[in-house]
Amino acid sequence: MTTTLPNWFTARQAAALARYESTPAPKRGDETWRFSNLKQLDFDCFSKSVGFPPSSDTLIARSTGLEKTAAKFIFANDILIHSESNLPDGVICLPLAEALQSNSDLVEAHFMKQETRLGSARFAAWHEAMVSNGLFIHVGDNIEVDGAIEVHHWISGSNTVIFPHTLVVTGTSSKVRVIDIFRSAAELEPGLAIAFNDLSAGPNSKLDYIAIQSLNEVTRIIQINETSTARDASAKGFILNTGASWARNECLSRLEGPGSRSDMLSVSIPAREQEYDQRTFQHHVSEGAYSDLLYKNSLYDNSKTIFSGLIFVDEGAHHTDAYQTCRNLLMSDSCEANSMPGLEINADQVKCSHGSTSSQINDEEIFYLRARGIDPVSARQLIARGFSVEAVERLEDADTEELVLKFIDAKYACIAGA
Amino acid sequence: MSYEPSTALLDEETHDAINIDRTKGDFVFPEKHKFDAGRGLTSATVDYISDVKKDPQWVRDFRHKALKVFQDKPMPTNWATRDLENIDFDIIRYYLSDGEKPKRSWDEVPPEVLETFERLGIPQQERAFLAGVEAQYDSEAAYSNMKEELTKLGVIFVNSTEGLKEHEAIFRPWFGKVIPTGDNKFSALNSAVFSGGSFIYIPKGVKLKQPLQAYFRINSENFGQFERTLIIADEGAEVMYMEGCTAPKFETATLHSAVVELVALKGAKIQYVTVQNWSSNVFNLVTKRGLAMENAEVRWIDCNIGSRLTMKYPGVVMKGEGARGEVISIALANTGQHQDTGAKMIHAANNTTSNVVSKSISVGQGRSTYRGQVHIPKHLKGCKNNTECDALLINSRSRTDTYPAITVKGNQHATQHEASVSQVSEEMLFYMQQRGLNEGQAMSLAVNGFINDLVREFPMEYSVELKRLIDLEMEGSVG
Repeated sequence: MTTTLPNWFTARQAAALARYESTPAPKRGDETWRFSNLKQLDFDCFSKSVGFPPSSDTLIARSTGLEKTAAKFIFANDILIHSESNLPDGVICLPLAEALQSNSDLVEAHFMKQETRLGSARFAAWHEAMVSNGLFIHVGDNIEVDGAIEVHHWISGSNTVIFPHTLVVTGTSSKVRVIDIFRSAAELEPGLAIAFNDLSAGPNSKLDYIAIQSLNEVTRIIQINETSTARDASAKGFILNTGASWARNECLSRLEGPGSRSDMLSVSIPAREQEYDQRTFQHHVSEGAYSDLLYKNSLYDNSKTIFSGLIFVDEGAHHTDAYQTCRNLLMSDSCEANSMPGLEINADQVKCSHGSTSSQINDEEIFYLRARGIDPVSARQLIARGFSVEAVERLEDADTEELVLKFIDAKYACIAGA
Repeated sequence: MSYEPSTALLDEETHDAINIDRTKGDFVFPEKHKFDAGRGLTSATVDYISDVKKDPQWVRDFRHKALKVFQDKPMPTNWATRDLENIDFDIIRYYLSDGEKPKRSWDEVPPEVLETFERLGIPQQERAFLAGVEAQYDSEAAYSNMKEELTKLGVIFVNSTEGLKEHEAIFRPWFGKVIPTGDNKFSALNSAVFSGGSFIYIPKGVKLKQPLQAYFRINSENFGQFERTLIIADEGAEVMYMEGCTAPKFETATLHSAVVELVALKGAKIQYVTVQNWSSNVFNLVTKRGLAMENAEVRWIDCNIGSRLTMKYPGVVMKGEGARGEVISIALANTGQHQDTGAKMIHAANNTTSNVVSKSISVGQGRSTYRGQVHIPKHLKGCKNNTECDALLINSRSRTDTYPAITVKGNQHATQHEASVSQVSEEMLFYMQQRGLNEGQAMSLAVNGFINDLVREFPMEYSVELKRLIDLEMEGSVG
């Protein structure tokens, strides 16, 4: 299939490539990379795969998620290998490559509009220059999508890099839920994903986005999220990290309309030598908006997490409510948790708070469970699971919660002594 | 909206507004300096200072090495405010003194210096409740005295020059060890040109009932004050040290860059109290750190009301088992001021605990920032940290930021960090006005209520003064 891309897009890609080449790589001393392991940023050995991925039927068969979906798309190495859809009229849900042909103007209006300010500008430019596929979703005014749109992204073959893109736009008073699932085709093939998700919630709409990262433990991922909310809109972003050797998440929420709300949620369960590096930014542009962040990390073995969050309240964004909580549960004596919860407030009539805690499971809690006949290993696991569930429950959808918990339980099953 | 802090010049009205409380410190006497190192900083400046002070060779070498480090280090503007770039190191005068030794009696102090400290109430306070006083005027101490009985106990309280010459055996092993020259650009600057400051040694088991005090006064324009303080509390000793500082309001910027090192040996306790009320053209860039050995305690009680830009993050390195570190901090930022303060807690032994409580108030277009670092390495057990920072915003243009960094390795520790930002609510003010307070009084009461539990940590005489200063500072801030 030969396609010609729209002019604006090829121009953007060329400009992005130049920007990628001219932007220096992160170095020691950069605040946005404080505590980070910069050695993880050597991506020289990765290249895009060419041709149709082998054994795509097996991957399709392995792409299990929700029992019932509104639509389901499966990509392997950024190539669409399967799709099915029961979406109502008024919803445009197309692979990005196709949407660039059929809905070029609409894509242009929303494609990568915000400036990447959390450190990965270079990698965002790389993504922009290299992106070839992903999903474009546009929900028309007053349309509510039942169920979720489920998207699987597979990395197949050694040293393969993918650039998955998810662009979701909701019209006035509409509703949609999108689930991205990132996985590796084989356990021992190193891979790389430079993923981007762009969420734009229109007035009074409701947009839920869930990313499940369960790549193999020799793969790295940079995932950049940019969310904007218009008047009275509500956006919910959730990230589950169980896989990858190293994962970097950058989440930026821009509250642009009064009455809008952004929930930023994450559960991470690193074990062995895994490292998760998460940076967040709650940007209150408009007055009278609400944002609430809850990140929960359970750290096993020699794992390491970094949380750096900033609440930024613009001048004039009065009556802001902004909350930020990061909790670390330390499950081994050699794990490492770094937290940098930050606030920058330029307005008054503001209610803001942030909190960060790190501690281990209390002996009394274990004793309580043992007194009820539960062995110490199960007791610890029960408490750790309950710790994660607090964030999962905020999804407020039984089917989605069940899916997320399935991945969480799969992770616990492969942690020694958990 | 820019992400960079603005460095807008003050208009005349705001300039007047923020000077309300500074009348007490805002006066200047003509300069009478016998020794003046001139403007700018070169190795000749360093030699000049060493010559005048008759430094031993090791001090001269130390200064030269530090100068090189200072020149090589970049400004920390990758994380700090760009306002630092407004410091012109070439017009600053690095050493000014009249060449006199510090006097033991106020009667011998030159009349204008005496009048300076009389107006600031120092001799009176000394009589009332202090165990010893050192008063520094530009580069050198003009007065230094301590109660007789303390000398008999073996307590040493002298300026740094005398400390390094007369007490080298105690001074030298710790000097520059808690804060190495290369710690940051400004500690290197201080190491190159330091002059004045105190050297204190409290012998084993001696517990001082009354505080020692130092008062730092800048009298000359474009002057840089670089005092260096080293306090050593031997095993089981206890001391409280207080410092105050003022400068007249000059048209151009003045620089104050101190280095303060505390060493609390086994079971010792050091409390270091600062009430900083520099005029609003002073860059106050200070490095303060304490070392706490086994079961020792270091407490920094820090209040920042004055200066144009303060960057100060008192730290405690808890090196011995059971050591304790604490930082209590109050900052008040008015229009034209940026109080960038915080704390560093480095846990380096088992069962060490640290506590940070910081409260800041931003008034007008003032900006206050909290930066913190808590570090608990992997091989330790039973370390605990608690951090609380609360910010109060008074006006719609006020600004506050919080940037903590907490690293915990291993699962035998507990840390918690909490911060909140709030404002004085309309309802609270309305309620108080109903009961007959005017708006200004109501605001003052609300602000004093906000910091009240921390003000109590200061010695009584200071807390009264502090409340008064804050009342003055809040005057006319409503609306």
